[in-house]
Amino acid sequence: MSMQAQLDRRAAVAVLLRDRKDTLVVSGLGSPTYDLHSVGDHDGNFYLWGAMGGAALIGLGLAQAQPSKRVLALTGDGEQLMGIGGLATIGVARPRNLDIVVIDNQHFGETGMQASHTGRGVDLTAIAAACGFAAIGTVRTLEEVGRLATQIAQPVDGPRLFVIKVLAENPPRSLPSRDAVFIKNRFRAHLGFAAA
Amino acid sequence: MHSPQPNPDSRASDNWPSELYRILKAADVRQMSYVPDAGHSQLIRLFSSDPDVTTNVLTTEEEGIAIAAGAWLGGQRSVVLMQSSGVGNCINMLSLSAIGRFPLLMLVTMRGEWAEFNPWQVPMSRATQPSLEAIGLKVMRGETAEDLVETVESAAALAYEADQQVAVLIGQRLIGKKKW
Repeated sequence: MSMQAQLDRRAAVAVLLRDRKDTLVVSGLGSPTYDLHSVGDHDGNFYLWGAMGGAALIGLGLAQAQPSKRVLALTGDGEQLMGIGGLATIGVARPRNLDIVVIDNQHFGETGMQASHTGRGVDLTAIAAACGFAAIGTVRTLEEVGRLATQIAQPVDGPRLFVIKVLAENPPRSLPSRDAVFIKNRFRAHLGFAAA
Repeated sequence: MHSPQPNPDSRASDNWPSELYRILKAADVRQMSYVPDAGHSQLIRLFSSDPDVTTNVLTTEEEGIAIAAGAWLGGQRSVVLMQSSGVGNCINMLSLSAIGRFPLLMLVTMRGEWAEFNPWQVPMSRATQPSLEAIGLKVMRGETAEDLVETVESAAALAYEADQQVAVLIGQRLIGKKKW
């Protein structure tokens, strides 16, 4: 698909999360972490500043530990491409409460906007489908993101992966804490676990 | 929940995998992930048939490091099984465990160090302990069955009670020579 995406990533994430309720969110390094923070800091957010390729799999471990909560891995195309084998692992694990949403600008935005694979024919949703995901989809407008937000609030019998095609631009950074111990302990306290 | 009891009739020397299973169950491990190794096969079977433990087969070992961090965020303890060649795949992902002070227990069967037939196993074998230590993990080793069982028990306490990142290397001499 070569059509130029026009969607603003911050607007898309704001619509996606406007009624998140008790959804737990893990964000991939770079822009998705800034996007997640920009719509409001939350104790149920775990922001990555590294560990590239790990967002969806942190989501898997979390989803398996908290089967009654919805877990969202919010990441970028470059981050998910690095963790592409993880889609096979998640497909086999088949969690019923894990959604992966890829904010796809088809570029490595943090390092100078070099073109990534997703603008050159690689389709993450097709890979997820081949890994046995329960639902997949690609959206390009705010109205479609709104429908996606409604869809992911509904129960399903396996993991889902959705791509939101967005304009390749770097909006002003919105920086959460880089102290992973603090964010970890805050997250666990949100779920009722004491710090060690 | 299962609470396997030690079997007084089986000595650790010939049944260390079931001793490790008993210890990890006693430590309340609820998730196990692995890239297979022949030396881990019995432990993989024991966990895979345990309804109280969620088991994930991985495409690459670093996935298990991320899963373990996610499990802890959600209140569960996780263990990751791999062979020494897989340690190299984990290095950058171990930044997550190190900088977030996530409890981490990795059990690593060693290849390339004792009666090894395959020379391709040797370079990563040599790099296993130094690379783990360079990224900030505590590395422990078991060379005999008795020593290994005690070491894993200690490592589990360090990881899950003291928020440490620990790899236990299982000597190839203990696993035995691979038959070709």
